Formats: sequence, structure tokens, C-alpha cells
Amino acid sequence: MAERFRKVTVLTGHYGCGKTNLAVNLALMLAQYGRVSVVDTDIVNPYFRTADFTKMLEKQGINVVYPMYAGTNLDIPVLDFDLERIVNESDYTVIDAGGSDAGAFPLGRFGRLFGGLGDELSVIYVFNMYRLVDRSAEETVRIMREIERASGLKCTAVVNNSNLGSETTAEIIDNSRDFADKVCALTGLPLAFTCVCEEKDTDGGNFLVKRIVTLPWENSEESEI
Amino acid sequence: MEKVLMKGNEALAEAAMRAGCKCFFGYPITPQTEISAYLAKNMAKRGGVFLQAESEIAAINMVLGAAASGVRAMTSSSGPGISLKSEGVSYIAGSDLPCVIVNVQRGGPGLGGIQPSQSDYWQATRALGHGDFQMVVYAPASVQETIDMTYLAFDTADRFRMPVMILSDGLLGQMMEPVVFPQIEVKIPEKPWACCGHKNKRPHNIINSLYLQPDELENSVNERFKRYEIVKRECPAAESSFCEDAEIVVCAFGAAARIAKSAVNTAREKGIKVGLFRPQTLYPFPVELIEKACRKAKIVLSVEMNKGQMVDDIRLALNCRLPVEFFGRHGGNIPTVKEVSAQIESISERIK
Repeated sequence: MAERFRKVTVLTGHYGCGKTNLAVNLALMLAQYGRVSVVDTDIVNPYFRTADFTKMLEKQGINVVYPMYAGTNLDIPVLDFDLERIVNESDYTVIDAGGSDAGAFPLGRFGRLFGGLGDELSVIYVFNMYRLVDRSAEETVRIMREIERASGLKCTAVVNNSNLGSETTAEIIDNSRDFADKVCALTGLPLAFTCVCEEKDTDGGNFLVKRIVTLPWENSEESEI
Repeated sequence: MEKVLMKGNEALAEAAMRAGCKCFFGYPITPQTEISAYLAKNMAKRGGVFLQAESEIAAINMVLGAAASGVRAMTSSSGPGISLKSEGVSYIAGSDLPCVIVNVQRGGPGLGGIQPSQSDYWQATRALGHGDFQMVVYAPASVQETIDMTYLAFDTADRFRMPVMILSDGLLGQMMEPVVFPQIEVKIPEKPWACCGHKNKRPHNIINSLYLQPDELENSVNERFKRYEIVKRECPAAESSFCEDAEIVVCAFGAAARIAKSAVNTAREKGIKVGLFRPQTLYPFPVELIEKACRKAKIVLSVEMNKGQMVDDIRLALNCRLPVEFFGRHGGNIPTVKEVSAQIESISERIK
């Protein structure tokens, strides 16, 4: 699976499409193959973010980087880390951007670094069909264009992360495959993979994603920064 | 009916539009911002008005104006912004106008913090503004219930011509759950009192909260309190689980109730006779329902994300018949299932 991933993977998408859950799963998978950094660049969303999983990820030897005020009681949008050094020191860097255009905006700051990465960079647009009230592929693509404009990046692939949170089943995911085809057709981008919830479905085009970002009453494990 | 995965704040905003809300006025504050952001993107497309005012005070007075014209109007904020609105809320109540006010609570007092809290219970149920008045206060505990209560809030506001608050919190506002939007035909009642142009066909209406004669003011407040009696009779709502034989009743609302529910389930598995009572309305407090839920109870444990603001309401509802203990976290911290379970187990040992 790791060979499918480039040195730097940027995850963008509508807020709430499951970027953070995917970023944590990806980091855990890639950690089997090399040094991994996961970078939370979200300066919009106050809670439910990669930084919340620092303790667990560090136990797996993953370097977790997040804005200095993440998880605090302050709403100060500061990115205080040196991304170039982090990328140079890691075999794989997974960047979990903030949601939608507002959350993707800070990526523009790293434009020069991303521009120099060439083929070593993939910019993934993550979508969840079930996040849309009107459920149209056109709307999904419109949001992607907004993100591209805000971040100054061009998406290189899409990921189908269609799910209904705790109520996700294999059938719910299967029902999103036509939608994913339509998104690919409209954007001309390849489908990097579909996120699945059952081990047995993990083959070529699928990636097993466990539900790690949960609600405080769903598990007795406590996540802390 | 299709399921959608939605964030509490967006679900509330979508439900408000579907419930016929035509005007939203607000000012940004975390953790409420997605409500404004969602309405900013969508309100105009659905024939409504979204306006970011220059301040919270301006926003609530715009709500007053819109409500006076007879349309469904809403504002939303978090703690510090709600405090700023308090003068306007009092004027709305004094003018007998219906509107919906959303408070996505964060830590306080003062600027406090942006993490979730329930520390505005007193503000919501006792005195959001000066003068003799009340608001109906709904306390949802899931994203689905946030949607359902948004419809209900507009109906209740129109029916009793009073401000209604949806008391959410940062956790409910930011978390995501699968939801279904109900297929309801929204019926907005006639509003013959509205200032929407008399077209020389009727006497003009006046919306006002100033009374020059003490007797007139007293009468208008008395009239309003007669309506509150109907509110107290017809609006109280609560969910009880495992209360029939419960010796310990855990009382919790909003997000804290979700944690308490998990802890109650865990304790039940261990054979402890414990139940959960979850008020869905905080004003009016569900007095009769809690009395019923506590029939076999020896003790009540209130679990809140504050310093125990609901405790007195529980004591009063039960006429101080039972001891009421309290466990809470605050400042932006959320009680854990483990912590609440430990409280239940310790009480269970003590009352043996």
C-alpha cells in the first residue's frame, strides 16, 4: 500500500468529510514503512483534529506537528513550524488541512515548498457523498475548485471517503461508487482509493479506514494532546 | 428519507431555513461560527436574508425588527455574545415578539475559552436580560435532536409570542452524526399584530415595550405570565431511561447527558439500579416528569459541564425530598464516562 504514496500527501476536502480520520489511518499505515510526520495545518476548526491524537500517534513513532494553539482555549491562527525541515526529515509527510476553502487557505503559505516537490507531492481531494444535503457530484466538484483557488494548489487525485459515521456499513460505501465515478469524470482526476470499513474489502482500489475520531461517550479511552 | 452526516451547527442552520426562518442576523464567535457560515452561503439562495451585523447588540435588535414585521427570525452566538444580546432579548420579551436565539456554549465567565461548556444554564433559565420575563429553553443532546428542536423552537416562539432559546454547546455544535430531516409541512400562524403595512385596511399596529402608566405595565406583565402558565403546563419535556426501579437517578442535559448515558449503561451492566433523567426543556423545568422518574430514587446525581447550575432546579422540583449530589467538569473540559461511572459506583456503595 505504501508504494502508492508519494513523499508528501496533502489531504484537502469539505469540512467534516473525514480528513482527520483518514490522516490518522494513513499515518499509522505508512509508519510501517518509514519515518512519518503528520502535520495538522487547521487554524479554523477548534475541535476534532489530528492534534487530538498526538499521544497515540507518538507511541507508534509518528512525529505529530500542529499549530501551537491547537486544543487550547485560544482562537489564534498561527502556524509556527518549519514544514520544509519536517518534510526533509521524514520519508512520508501527511498534511491534514483544514476543511473547505477557509481551512485550505493557509496551505498557500507553503506554495514555494510544494512547487519544488514536483512528483513527490500529491494533493488529494477527499469527499464524502453523505455530507451533502443535495448530494450532487457537481457540488462536490464546486467545493474542490474553491479549495484549489484558496490554497493555490491543484488536486492530483480524489479519495472517496463516503460514510455515515458510526452507522457506516459496507453497503453504504458501495452505494457511493457511482457518485465517485461521476466526480472522477467531472474532474478528470484518478480515484486514489475508496475508504472501506471491513478488512475483507481491502483490495486494489480500497483502503481500510478504522473509526478513530470518535465522540467522547463512544469509548473509554481518553485522547489528550 | 435519506441520511446525511452533518455537523451540529450546520444541521441547526439547515433546519432553521427549512422551518421557515427568513432572517438571520449574527456576529461571529467560536464555537458557533458554522451556523453563520452555513447561512451566509445558503440563506440568499432560499429567499432569505443573512446579515453579519456590526455587533451582537445590533444583531439582536435586527431580530427584534424582523420579528415585529412577522417573519421568522433567528440569531446565534456563544456565551460572551449572548451576554451582549441580553438587552435586546429583554426588549423582545417585553414586546411579545417570537424569535429563536441559539447559544452554542463555551467556557466562561468573561472571554473564558472556546472549548465546550454548559455554564450558561443560569443565564438561559433565570435572567437573560432585565425585567420579569422567561424564555423557553430547549436542550438538545444529539445532532438529530438539534434539528427537531429547531423546528419546535420556531413553532413555540410563534405560538406564545416569546423568545425561545436553543441551548447547544461546543461539542454538540462541532460533532458530526447521521441525521434525517423530517418531512414536515411548516405552518406559520397568522400574525395579525405584525407591523407589515396596514395598507389603509386596518388600524396600525404598534410594537413597544414602554408603558407610561404603572397599571398598564403591570397588566401587560400579568398577561404575559398567564401565557407562561400555559407554557409550564404544555411544554415540559424529558427523556427517562431505566428510571422505573432506579435507586440512583443521574440527571443531565445536552452533551453531558450523552456521557452520563454511557456511564449509566456501564453501571447497569454491573447490576447497579441507576437511571438517567434528561430534561429536554430547561425552562420550563420538567417538574412532574422528574418526580415520576425519581419515585424509587434515594439520591440524585446531577452531571453537568459547569459548577452545578441545575442542582437547585432539581431540588426545587423534588421539594428537597431527596439529596442531590453533583459531579461536573468545566473550563472547556468534558467529564469522561470513566469519571461519571466512578461517581455512580461510589454512591451505590454508600447507599447500600
